[in-house]
Amino acid sequence: MESIPRHTLSVLVENKFGVLARVAGMFSGRGYNIHTLNVGPTHHPDVSRMTIVLKEKENVLEQIIKQLEKLVDVIEIHDFRIGENVERELILMRVKADRENRAEVIELCDLFRAKIVDVGIDEITVEISGDDSKMNKFVALMERFEISALTRTGKIALKRITG
Amino acid sequence: MTGAEILVEAMEREGVDTIFAYPGGASMPIHQALSKSSAIRTILPRHEQGGSFAAEGYARATGRAGVCMGTSGPGATNMVTAIADAFLDSTPLVVISGQVPTFMIGRGAFQETDFYGMTLPCVKHSYLVTDINDIPRVVKEAFHIAQTGRPGPVVIDMPKDVQEGKAQPVFPDSINLRGYTPERELDEVALNELLGFVKDAKRPMIYCGGGIISSEAHEELMEFVERSGIPVATTLMGVGCFPETHEMSLKWLGMHGTVYANNAVNEADVLLALGVRFDDRVTGKVEKFAEHGTIIHIDIDNSEINKNKSVRLPIIANVKEALARLNQLLADAGHERKKAGFDAFPAWYEQIATWKKDSPMKYQDSDEHIQPQYAIQELYKACQKDPRETYITTGVGQHQMWAGQWYEYDKPRRFITSAGLGSMGYGYPAAMGVCAAFPDANVIDIDGDGSFLMNIQELACAKVEKLAAKALVLNNQHLGMVVQWEDLKYDSNRAQTFLADPDDGYDPTHKDESKIFPDYPTMCAGFRVECRRVIHKKDLAAAMEWFVAAKEAVVLEVMVPYTEHVLPMIPGGMTYKDIITEPFMEKRHEINIPTAL
Repeated sequence: MESIPRHTLSVLVENKFGVLARVAGMFSGRGYNIHTLNVGPTHHPDVSRMTIVLKEKENVLEQIIKQLEKLVDVIEIHDFRIGENVERELILMRVKADRENRAEVIELCDLFRAKIVDVGIDEITVEISGDDSKMNKFVALMERFEISALTRTGKIALKRITG
Repeated sequence: MTGAEILVEAMEREGVDTIFAYPGGASMPIHQALSKSSAIRTILPRHEQGGSFAAEGYARATGRAGVCMGTSGPGATNMVTAIADAFLDSTPLVVISGQVPTFMIGRGAFQETDFYGMTLPCVKHSYLVTDINDIPRVVKEAFHIAQTGRPGPVVIDMPKDVQEGKAQPVFPDSINLRGYTPERELDEVALNELLGFVKDAKRPMIYCGGGIISSEAHEELMEFVERSGIPVATTLMGVGCFPETHEMSLKWLGMHGTVYANNAVNEADVLLALGVRFDDRVTGKVEKFAEHGTIIHIDIDNSEINKNKSVRLPIIANVKEALARLNQLLADAGHERKKAGFDAFPAWYEQIATWKKDSPMKYQDSDEHIQPQYAIQELYKACQKDPRETYITTGVGQHQMWAGQWYEYDKPRRFITSAGLGSMGYGYPAAMGVCAAFPDANVIDIDGDGSFLMNIQELACAKVEKLAAKALVLNNQHLGMVVQWEDLKYDSNRAQTFLADPDDGYDPTHKDESKIFPDYPTMCAGFRVECRRVIHKKDLAAAMEWFVAAKEAVVLEVMVPYTEHVLPMIPGGMTYKDIITEPFMEKRHEINIPTAL
């Protein structure tokens, strides 16, 4: 499973109730797994964008895209191949930062341009955004300081501007 | 106008003339509005499943969306089987369900169920109407979606407060669905490429299905065959889309299809798959299906391309338009239409003729009892003499396969069967639906005793509504198809496949009528529907004559042996080379069946 690369789909859908259930049901009913999913409005109030990250084989991906296209509420699908899109994810993380390690934690945050958004006696909350490799590296480095809570938005992506 | 009245008017504007609807608390306002409509005939089934199957029968016979309605909760859930059925067989169906008032949704109200959520996996699209002003648009969209592209079921869930609200409706003239564009541009290059493959072919075959019927492409298909000389095998869904009486027809292929259709499709060098979906009942072991042939797949549904079987040349198109264009291209290239004397692929025709000669459809007839195949042949003969159009519907099981095998269909929409979902109980209500659409037709449900019993309450509907749906019940007192599999795979150990009373003894010859259970003539009498029972072969012809001539709901019960098997047979997961053509009871332990459906 690990050898299958991640794949990002950007799906424009009608901003109506039930659309998420329809999309999610299409995946669950066929046994496909969603790695991350982000849903939010676009600049058009009646259109939402779903960014779906998947780890599936090429033939399964082809089926997924076609099944999504079949849904009446799906307006458009962009199938991003590597390099065709700019992508970001945001993480909020609570990490131990007591007298002993606080300086080191803050230094790491500075290096990664992470923001400290909440501070306690021996814990801080950090916000960081970026692409996959930056995020994974940051999380890995912070793990040795004891992460007590972590949440990720899932990836959002837009097609790169060409020309 | 009330929401219910707006709904009814919106349906009238869509040309709805019949609705099968069973009332209840959450749908009463719509029934009240329907009772005042002169354009729509409201038919009361005796179970929502019957009503929804009837709507499917109506749709399959006419090509227009069938419409059914039930109340919230159980009324709605009773229609789920038909929705799933219509989804798998691409039947245009609009299903209206009553719903508890919007302010009660989510509170576990009486007869509340999340019908929108429950049906999501088996609808083409669905609506929960929360604003009365949406009704005209929703109805227009629902019929458009159900009937265009690849047809399918659409659910409209109508909360009761929306039905009872008041508004001045605005009925839209056009539809604006930016996520739904069923029209497809023809790919001229791909069509020429197809003809290139055909030109070089030595053993080409057409394997075509329900898509030909949905798109009304049967005339284009005929012309294509007449110009190209390519023989035709249909799927069960495609039965009748090409006349089975035509010399280029090999009837249908698949698990219980003809030997020659299975051989020809699997050994073709170029296979034109038209409006089909490579269903497992057709392909058997799908990797081995037509493995040496170049497959060209035309379908309107892009998601069917490479889903079950990877193909060399996919063409996403309305098959009617594609065939019309191919015919034009063939005509331009000088291929004349031929009615007979086909000579494009002589060696291939010879091979097919040999298969037909060596492995014809057959069964061992008997004078001791009535063979089910014989009964269907007798029905066919009697119907040939009847001046009316004949429509056949079926339940699901052995009788369904025999109805496909031993009756000759020469027109589309004349064989109406639950193919994909295999819903027992489909036949009789579906026949009622056909009768509602074509009151003067000769409509016959070929059924088994198991399937018929599942919706037997609809005899009341047929009687009262004067729907001349007739049932030919092949009664073997067993669930014959499951028995057949018990014989093949489970040493004939009977596990809930005997339908009569085990404590009453069993007379497999059915000579002792007191042992026959349940007693259909008595039951039918309760519905004031005439039922005749035939046990002896000598009595069949006269009974059949009476049955076919009848112009009202009647039942002909023909007692048949439960030991008869549907042949030929390719057990699931096996290939056309494993086809069983001879009675297998003695050699059954040598057949090694893989775990498959």
